[in-house]
Amino acid sequence: MEFWIIQSLNALSFAMLLFLLCAGLSLIFGLMNILNLAHGSCYLVGAYTALSVIAWSDNFFLGLVSGSVAAGAVGFVLQRFLLQRIYGRRLLQVLLTFGCMFILGDLAIIIWGADPTTLRKPEGLTGAVDLGGIIFPKYRLFVIAVGITIGIALWLFQEKTKWGAILRAGVDDEQMARAVGINVPALFTVVFILGTALTGLSGVLGGPFVGVYPGVDLEVLLLAVVVIIVGGLGSMKGAFFGSLIVASLDNFGKALFPELAMFTIFAPMAIILAVKPTGLWGRVL
Amino acid sequence: MLEVTELHTYYGFSHILHGVSLTVNREQVLAVLGRNGVGKTTLVHSIISFAKPAGGRIKLEGHDITGFPAHQIVRRGIALVPQGRRVFRSLSVLENLTIPFRCRTEGTSRSWDIESAFDAFPTLRARRDQRAGNLSGGEQQMLAMARALVSNPKVLLLDEPSEGLAPLIVRELSDVIKELAQQGMAVLLIEQNFNMALRTAQRILVMSRGQIVHRSSPQELAENQEIKARYLGM
Repeated sequence: MEFWIIQSLNALSFAMLLFLLCAGLSLIFGLMNILNLAHGSCYLVGAYTALSVIAWSDNFFLGLVSGSVAAGAVGFVLQRFLLQRIYGRRLLQVLLTFGCMFILGDLAIIIWGADPTTLRKPEGLTGAVDLGGIIFPKYRLFVIAVGITIGIALWLFQEKTKWGAILRAGVDDEQMARAVGINVPALFTVVFILGTALTGLSGVLGGPFVGVYPGVDLEVLLLAVVVIIVGGLGSMKGAFFGSLIVASLDNFGKALFPELAMFTIFAPMAIILAVKPTGLWGRVL
Repeated sequence: MLEVTELHTYYGFSHILHGVSLTVNREQVLAVLGRNGVGKTTLVHSIISFAKPAGGRIKLEGHDITGFPAHQIVRRGIALVPQGRRVFRSLSVLENLTIPFRCRTEGTSRSWDIESAFDAFPTLRARRDQRAGNLSGGEQQMLAMARALVSNPKVLLLDEPSEGLAPLIVRELSDVIKELAQQGMAVLLIEQNFNMALRTAQRILVMSRGQIVHRSSPQELAENQEIKARYLGM
């Protein structure tokens, strides 16, 4: 019993990390039809920036903020100065963002070196907590709480505010959104910054247990793509439940059948891709 | 109010509009009639800047707005009721009316807000929290009208509003449009429905192959068998 509870909590904390990672990717795709392959780089930039800021200030929360800001800044430059020039041209977008991923990865090696590191956990969240006989790391509970809070906040923002309605209108019919006076280019930039900043946040949060190292950008990108294939592109609900499914498969797969670690994620993905290409909660494109 | 001169528009390599000129005045409904594929929708799209005109001028109240981005044109007082209604399907009726930009209104023309739009289309008030995608065709047309009106436009562009509606609803729609013009709006009505255009407009233009081929009052057009046969297939 204890095994199952601990593994479920592990899966849940990983799911929340994945959700923060994928929410931005899904948001950006849903609105502007851009699959941003430099998404993993925003995770990397967020984590490394936080590494430096925490080493300098000894404050994890400052690291959280600066990591998000740095990733958002990368997103801003990417969208405003590069992607906006090739709007609507899918192949160029894929090549451009993929190229940016390598450039940012190499820049990170130049700045932070190639040794794998982990972020220090914040004061007060180190160690474990006793949940009625079950010992569980405090930091992972913190990640679960942050993920759920941001998930609810994003949902309220999307469904209950005028800005959320404008965003959904842009997803429904971008051209018509222009024709009711919405400044769609500005909306694109804001959403791109928001999406990449969320990814930076996930990089900082994941830093203490996933770690930061060259190549993590491609690894998280791969996971994000799996989540999005399972959950469906362009839907926040899909990103949330897709993350839960993928994290559970990954966690229980590794715990129960360690020799099949990759198989337990990619086999279900392949099946969903074959049976329901839009993903479980995706909209028809 | 709205003045279009010698408009040329291409889609890719095909030349769609060949020098279209027209003027819509306030308190007037100007209809553009024509068969499928003669460039009527391209005309609307050029005015609202969905398509970039290759040549010609578009002026609103004497100010040149040619080539402005769509949202800026809308913010200056041109609203669109597009072909196929294109309501925001995943938004509620109320949200569809909340998000349009609101232009400032000056004196004479009636000013619109969500309440007055609901007064004009009471069905929408009853369905305010429903998703727009679940409305019937007629209700979606009302919503598309209301959505254009709440932005308080000086010029209203209507692209085949009668398409797919029952005759009774088309008559109601025609009355609403006439009333809007009486209250000071300039209305450009694009139609395939001859009777709808005849009953609603003060002036009618007939379009064929990207050009205006006939301009007259509705009565004159009704009596002109040659134009009707040649360009409208009647």
